[in-house]
Amino acid sequence: MTGPVEPRTPESTGARLLTALRSRPTRGQFAVAALCGLLAFALVTQVHATASGGGLQSARVDDLLGILSDLDNRGDRLRAEIGDLQTREQRLRSGSGQSAAALQEARDRLRVLGVLTGTVAARGPGIVLVIDDPRRKVGADVVVDAIEELRDAGAEAMQLSGIRVIASTFVIDAGGGGLIVDGHPITPPYRLAAIGDRRTLTGALGIPGGVLDTVDGQSGAHASVVTSPVVTVSALRPLQAPRYARPTPAP
Amino acid sequence: MIVALAVALGVTLGLVLQPTVPLDLQPYLPIAVVAALDALFGGVRAWLERIFDEKVFVVSFVSNVLVAGLIVFVGDKLGVGGELSTGIVVVLGIRIFSNAAAIRRHLFRA
Repeated sequence: MTGPVEPRTPESTGARLLTALRSRPTRGQFAVAALCGLLAFALVTQVHATASGGGLQSARVDDLLGILSDLDNRGDRLRAEIGDLQTREQRLRSGSGQSAAALQEARDRLRVLGVLTGTVAARGPGIVLVIDDPRRKVGADVVVDAIEELRDAGAEAMQLSGIRVIASTFVIDAGGGGLIVDGHPITPPYRLAAIGDRRTLTGALGIPGGVLDTVDGQSGAHASVVTSPVVTVSALRPLQAPRYARPTPAP
Repeated sequence: MIVALAVALGVTLGLVLQPTVPLDLQPYLPIAVVAALDALFGGVRAWLERIFDEKVFVVSFVSNVLVAGLIVFVGDKLGVGGELSTGIVVVLGIRIFSNAAAIRRHLFRA
């Protein structure tokens, strides 16, 4: 490059450039060259750093702090969301578990109550009391006695000649002999099936002066008890909702 | 000639070594490069106007870089480093543009 010391010739720029390129380097030109080389080096380095740093490497501390705090906030938000969702999941899970348990319990109660109220058939160990009474001497009181004895002995389900015996069952004497159970006439032989502990039921009927003795005391009548590991009580009753009584909430 | 060689050497070194910028220098290097570019354009313009002086170029180059770095440094200390950096880039950009315009006038007479 030319300095002001050179004579100001009116040569063209291209000629001056050629002259400068051909001239022997001076000390000043070495310094200029060093600086230009340094600039080129720094330029390339910076370009490279900017390209490879993804913007973060050359970002300022303040910007980095801002980015970091942004990310922290976002992480906090997401963590809170995760917690919320986990709580909801747990609630839903336990809720469904509780409702399933409640449903199971309700089904169990339904089964138990169904056996008691006669809306479902029942089977189990028990006895069958057969009262043979060709002369129709056995009255309703004897049969009611038998039912009461069996209830006292823990009979859980009973049926009398195809009619389910429940809490409201009544037995009355029919006009021309025979019995009327809950409005249905039945004729001997009466067949009273009861589900419960076989020995207790048999003992309850066979006590001295009890049902068996009373029946056998009637002329021509005879009562027999058959125990069986499987007694089926298959007669059903429609469920009647109470007309007046309403359940009160448990205290 | 030697300037072209030095520029080629610098570019080659930068490409081959691919140095990572030290953390302390990271805010200053871009500003320093822009300041040096300003000095370079000024030098080219001076050469075209036949008033180029190596000493002036060296001094202006170094002082440009130092002052730019100093301003960024002070700005960082004051908490306005980003804004000052932007300002420096704007001012130097304007100077580069005006120098480039002068160079263009010399080269193309337009």
